[in-house]
Amino acid sequence: MKKILAVDDSASMRQMVSFTLKKAGFDVTDAKDGVDALNVAKTSEFDLIISDVNMPNMDGITLISELRQLAQYKFTPMLMLTTESGLEKKSAGKAAGATGWIVKPFNPDQLLATINKVLR
Amino acid sequence: MNIQELNARLAATDEEDESLEDSSQFLTFLMADEEYGVDILKVQEIRGWEQSTAIPNAPDYVKGVLNLRGTIVPVIDLRIRFGLPAIEYSPITVVIVLKLEQAGKDKIMGIVVDAVSDVHTILDSQINQSPELGDNKNSRFINGLGQAQDKMLILLNLNDVLNI
Amino acid sequence: MSVDLSQFYEVFFEESFEGLDVMEAELLNLQPGTPDDETINTIFRSAHSIKGGSGTFGFSSVSDFTHVVETLLDQIRDGQRQLTQHQIDLFLQSVDCLRGMLDSLRASEEPDTQVSSELKKQFEAILSGEDAPTEPKGAELAEPSTPKANKKQQGWNISFKPGLDILKTGNEPIYMLLELADLGEVDVQLDVEQVPVLGDIDPEICYFQWQIALKSDCEQAAVDEVFDWVIDESDIVIDAIKAEVEDSEQEYALAEDDNASTQLETAESITDPPTEVVKPTETNKAPTKAEPKNTEASSIRVSIDKVDSLINMVGELVITQAMLTQLTDGELDSSKLARIQEGMAQLAHNTRDLQESVMRIRMLPISFVFSRFPRLVRDTSKKLGKNIELKLLGEQTELDKTVMEKISDPMVHLVRNSMDHGLESPEERVASGKSEVGLLTLNAYHQGGNVVVEIADDGKGLNTEKIRSKAIENGLIKDTDELSEQDINELIFEPGFSTADQVSDLSGRGVGMDVVRRNILALNGSIELESRPGQGSTFTIRLPLTLAILDGQLVRVGEHIYIIPLVNIIESLQVDVSKVNNVGGEYEVLRLRDEYVPIVRLYESFNHTADSNKLEDGLLVVVENDNGKVGILVDELLAQQQVVIKSLEANYMRVEGISGATILGDGTVSLIIDVAGLVKLAGINKALRSISHLNKEEVA
Repeated sequence: MKKILAVDDSASMRQMVSFTLKKAGFDVTDAKDGVDALNVAKTSEFDLIISDVNMPNMDGITLISELRQLAQYKFTPMLMLTTESGLEKKSAGKAAGATGWIVKPFNPDQLLATINKVLR
Repeated sequence: MNIQELNARLAATDEEDESLEDSSQFLTFLMADEEYGVDILKVQEIRGWEQSTAIPNAPDYVKGVLNLRGTIVPVIDLRIRFGLPAIEYSPITVVIVLKLEQAGKDKIMGIVVDAVSDVHTILDSQINQSPELGDNKNSRFINGLGQAQDKMLILLNLNDVLNI
Repeated sequence: MSVDLSQFYEVFFEESFEGLDVMEAELLNLQPGTPDDETINTIFRSAHSIKGGSGTFGFSSVSDFTHVVETLLDQIRDGQRQLTQHQIDLFLQSVDCLRGMLDSLRASEEPDTQVSSELKKQFEAILSGEDAPTEPKGAELAEPSTPKANKKQQGWNISFKPGLDILKTGNEPIYMLLELADLGEVDVQLDVEQVPVLGDIDPEICYFQWQIALKSDCEQAAVDEVFDWVIDESDIVIDAIKAEVEDSEQEYALAEDDNASTQLETAESITDPPTEVVKPTETNKAPTKAEPKNTEASSIRVSIDKVDSLINMVGELVITQAMLTQLTDGELDSSKLARIQEGMAQLAHNTRDLQESVMRIRMLPISFVFSRFPRLVRDTSKKLGKNIELKLLGEQTELDKTVMEKISDPMVHLVRNSMDHGLESPEERVASGKSEVGLLTLNAYHQGGNVVVEIADDGKGLNTEKIRSKAIENGLIKDTDELSEQDINELIFEPGFSTADQVSDLSGRGVGMDVVRRNILALNGSIELESRPGQGSTFTIRLPLTLAILDGQLVRVGEHIYIIPLVNIIESLQVDVSKVNNVGGEYEVLRLRDEYVPIVRLYESFNHTADSNKLEDGLLVVVENDNGKVGILVDELLAQQQVVIKSLEANYMRVEGISGATILGDGTVSLIIDVAGLVKLAGINKALRSISHLNKEEVA
């Protein structure tokens, strides 16, 4: 079973993403901000990281660049959840090592379709 | 059967699947020489009678409340509720703890009866759903008459037993 | 896959309300100008989350409105704009507006968008103002739409030269090829020209390049999307494979030949729009379809360390239990006795700890209530033209969630009262030699088993003379009554003191201090006031930490044992029959010092048999009720103890005069007396009213 780490400071988004992914057969762990995610990621190994961008404590872009420094996440796909108004974040995200992005708002089907691009 | 045996059997009914199709199990008890049955799935446990705490200004058939492992449970004297003559409680007087609906809400209540009798499996076909009971004021609690071996059982549905 | 999004609504509402609270609190800290990064970022983040969530869950009215709020916040955050007072006000109004909209949605109602569209206009006016930066959106719109797609294209030739570091961003070119294969038939040619000699190969670099021919009638956008994430660092060229017929006339002819199918298509496209129109309405309806949640799910957030400590305690309990089991297994001999006793003591200790921990789960910091006051004080002081500073102390003081929910309204009332009547206008303050700014302090702390909340102001204090004349006017006292200042001041808690002409826009609202006191008494709490003329007044509310446990006095009537909440009890005494009067043959009153106290014979009200029906044989427990004092006649006073309150209604029904039940040490059930209910049951409310007259006459 593929393991996914879902990071979002919003509990409802976190639950929605986790629920959708679990239902689709993934093993999902969630985290509420970058610091939380980094701690979880260090003690485990995930096949995909999905992270919100704007979060307290540590934002998604910093999280991605931190994770890329870790040997086990060198090539791991990492997607950022971003809103349209945050388009300029995309390049910052890419520079930090993000694989791609999912534009909010999205529905469960769009989420799964996007994940299909990186987890086959 | 004594209370321990019956309680053991109650625990077992939860697990064993219905071996006979279209049949139900009833716990039967005695009251004024009649044998009554309640759906065994509604029965939570059987206890010996013990003094309960009176509730001020409650109807006469409400004997009070007792402590069922931390839950406050009312106890109803079914004889008085059914308008039968009251009798002195004796060592074989028991309280059957039932899960009942009261005004649409699930409640746990104890009913005081003369003595517990047995557990019977009765085929649905052996239940007379609409017995002619005439003008019996308790008829709303009577689900039907059941035939078990050579005995006639009065099958009860005690939901809303607290409503007058 | 279908996922029912409505299951996440409640969480979304909860976090959105929390987010709005945060926004509000931070906004109140803001000063016009260039705000502090962290503050504005926190506000932005809350708005951003609400927008994201509402968009995702289909609450478009909320997300549309939040969008403009967020846009302005973003520009302020980026330093493109100076924050003005007007904007702060607008943001605060938006918080209120969003609360209202979310409340409606939570109740499965369509939110009223009148306020939001009004506010939205104001935001848009600011955003489109001359000093505003040009909207990038407009530029996007002006861009020519996608080049006219040549419908006759048969596919795409793609040259894909990924950036060397593509693997390091977690992208996998093979997946992209597979994705293309999903769009149609692909012919892939691998170009290995860039692969260096073996010794120079860096395994982390992607040297491969591909030439792909995709046979598909898909739009270019679909192909673009495959490479969307890597377009910047890769060299990608996408060319259409055109149909062999390129002459436009022939194309036209071809289309004519295909007339039948074209017509069919047209017919389809005509029927299409209606179905598309239906869809959005359906999604709009989605929230209304959800189960009506008028009774909002009551949940509590518990910090992990509280749960951890609970788990630890249960662990200890299990160990103790195991030890006891081991000790009591087999022959019991006296040698084990000491250790069993030790184990029992340990068990008692564990149980107590566990109980405390479980209670702590329901405890929340009072900041949940305090947090609404900065806004209230800001708005109210503005309205009153007063300058008021609010000081919050002891915000981390914890109390039971239920108590907290019920204390909020009385506190609002008291705070309003202090601002309205207590604190003076700036001129008045200056005139009396005080600082222009009035100080309002909310302070919470624990004392014994209680939580104490003080609401203090440094205003003029209560106007005792005015209260006295008002009370005389309302018939509460006589002008000949000699009362201490404190007694007079406390008259404001009497029912009937607050009268219509005194109701001001703020603290009045038809609710008097008597209601405040009644609400607090209903929580088994108490309220006191202290007034220092010219220096201010302090209201002190004392509440039990939790509603789950109560300090009770066990009393006996015949064979029945009842519990009277200790907070209600003033004193217990033996009745001096010579001081008992029978009023109108209806009720008995005892003259107790300078007042009359009606007597409730418990055995009579509860229809029990007592040891004796004689007043002088029993004991009178004098209790305070919101209408005055009442004496409850019982046979005997037993112990005082803490009891855990259990519901009687859960399996039975509400019983007049009884507030709940508890289980005594011997396992039997005892019922807890509800003093107000008992008074009602005894039918002495009328007596209490006439006695208040009697008392006055007598005192006079």
